[in-house]
Amino acid sequence: MLKAVILIGGPAKGTRFRPLSLNLPKPLFPVAGYPIIFHLIDSCVQVEGLNEVILIGFYQNNDDLTRFIQTAQAHFKIPIRYLQEYTALGTAGGIYHFRDQILRSNPEAFFVLNCDICGDLPLQDMLEFHRTRPSTSVATILCTEATEKQAQNYGVIVPHRDSHEVLHYVEKPETFVSTTINCGVYLFSPEIVTVLAEAFQRNQDDFVNGRNTKRDMGALLHREMSFSFPETNGKEIIQLEQDVLTPLAATGKLFAYETSRFWSQIKSASSAIYSNRHYLQLYHKTYPERLAQSKSGASRIIGDVYIHPSAKIDPTAVLGPNVSIGSGVTIGAGVRVRESIVLENVTLKDHCCIMYSILGWNSCVGAWTRVEGTPMDPDPNKPFAKIDQGTLFSHGRLNPSITIIGPNCTIPDEVIIMNAIVLPDKDLSSSHKNEIIL
Amino acid sequence: MVQFHRHHGGEGTIVVTRVEEPSKYGVVVYQPDDGRIERFVEKPREFVSNKINAGLYIFSPRMLDRVPLRPCSLEKEVFPEMAAANQLFALELKGFWMDVGQPKDFLTGTCMYLNHLKHVKPEKLYEGPGTVGNVIVDPSATIGANCRIGPNVIIGPDVVIEDGACIKRCVLLRGSRVRSHAWLESCIIGWRSTVGQWVRMENVTVLGEDVIVQDELYINGGRILPHKAISESVCEPQIIM
Repeated sequence: MLKAVILIGGPAKGTRFRPLSLNLPKPLFPVAGYPIIFHLIDSCVQVEGLNEVILIGFYQNNDDLTRFIQTAQAHFKIPIRYLQEYTALGTAGGIYHFRDQILRSNPEAFFVLNCDICGDLPLQDMLEFHRTRPSTSVATILCTEATEKQAQNYGVIVPHRDSHEVLHYVEKPETFVSTTINCGVYLFSPEIVTVLAEAFQRNQDDFVNGRNTKRDMGALLHREMSFSFPETNGKEIIQLEQDVLTPLAATGKLFAYETSRFWSQIKSASSAIYSNRHYLQLYHKTYPERLAQSKSGASRIIGDVYIHPSAKIDPTAVLGPNVSIGSGVTIGAGVRVRESIVLENVTLKDHCCIMYSILGWNSCVGAWTRVEGTPMDPDPNKPFAKIDQGTLFSHGRLNPSITIIGPNCTIPDEVIIMNAIVLPDKDLSSSHKNEIIL
Repeated sequence: MVQFHRHHGGEGTIVVTRVEEPSKYGVVVYQPDDGRIERFVEKPREFVSNKINAGLYIFSPRMLDRVPLRPCSLEKEVFPEMAAANQLFALELKGFWMDVGQPKDFLTGTCMYLNHLKHVKPEKLYEGPGTVGNVIVDPSATIGANCRIGPNVIIGPDVVIEDGACIKRCVLLRGSRVRSHAWLESCIIGWRSTVGQWVRMENVTVLGEDVIVQDELYINGGRILPHKAISESVCEPQIIM
């Protein structure tokens, strides 16, 4: 039997996803109609013999998370448990801390997934690959290609061309090392626990002897996937990338499985729109019934669109391509929505036009109003280009990006909101462009 | 105007009007009691007067003797001479005035004219479902359902407005078409042009003859030359050739 562990982080993570992550844990943000983490669990249960999912993170007393877990268990019909870290333990610290629970019932192996990724994950193929590695192997890491420059933002792998062994692993190198990057999906044999124990011991010794603490904290603060709080003393933190993968390289224990299927990190709202598009496209293969069809007497559908059954949509509206409509949404006459995510209970008044935007829960957009963002797609001229997570500002100006309307906002009639980020509970009274509205 | 001219007996009368920003124009300095013009000041740097040349003149035929047989500017050459000879008089215009050379002023002038019509000939204004304020609609134009037209809109002959359009402070010339759910404010739409569905145009956007703006675009202050098809939004005011 097999298990899957999903690392879901905590409230201090996902800050680049604000204002959408202010009220809701980022893993629960819906893309193509379902939470990010739901898609990951879905990928996991497709694997034959996988019958338990464990979530590890440090969200405390979170009702949304609790509710999600109940719903997901009922839907997938396998046990899904949430193990809460008592303090941020790093990307591997949680696995080590909860090793007994993970290894209970002696699984053959267990997957570990970061929750801020999306993709068409080839987990079954990865399992077959893992099973056919030499007996020394303890871990398989999923990887993909990126451009030279972008690779420097990820964990970089140098795989052996024939054996696929990981010869070298380095996290966010400042110089060019390789174009193969870590997807944040791993498959571990139970023997990994020994490796984790060694890393744990090393860190403890380093800490006690006052060695490398500055390097640790500095590296921690810069880590993409690090979970560090400044307050923690750091000695129980194990970073998977630095403390485990890096020393495992070239020991005959770590192997890389390459995929060229759709994969992306979700760090910002722009990447949510990108993933929304790709997951909707994937539904043609996986869940075609989730895609809306154009019917006479109903609103016109262009391309891939997901509409929650409880949404009320005027027949003169035109939706798509690449649109997800959440539950309880009301869409008025003559509305146009394109390349956008509309969250629960949003109201769109007549004739408004929504493009490249995310509309937060319970918000309202007035009649004839235009809400427009700018897509940040990977460079179409470069093969393997990934979405640029980018910075909010450059040269003192806000970069054009997906427009985000926060939860509970009201946008009046006849205005234009373009390349703006509107914080929650805001009642706007005029047009805004290229601004963050507090 | 004729009465005033006959009364003073001089060679010329210039109608002047009062404006808020006289330095954009040529300013006229004249005697308040009889209107005798003393001098002109082109675009003054300091406040001199708030009366400007409104572009309406009456001349006695003998004034033609002052005009040389070569390219000559009335305002720059002849008028100063006439003023110096005490032959030029100013009459202040009562009522509204606008220089409509620039699109922005053309629209302001349209608003003023419609307001004037409301007071003197209100029957020329149009009222129908979805109209707001002062609107003129040519009888040959068609307007769709659930539109909001006005205030201050002029719709020319053979214009078609589709369902759900919102048009404010615009002039639509002959044969132009506004597709459904578009939103227009302060625009001039040229003859036979088409504005696509869900398009938003504002900030004195001017479309020349036979311009096509594709669906779902945003045009902010665009000046589009004739026969152009626009397929990308124009977010900052500019001229599209």
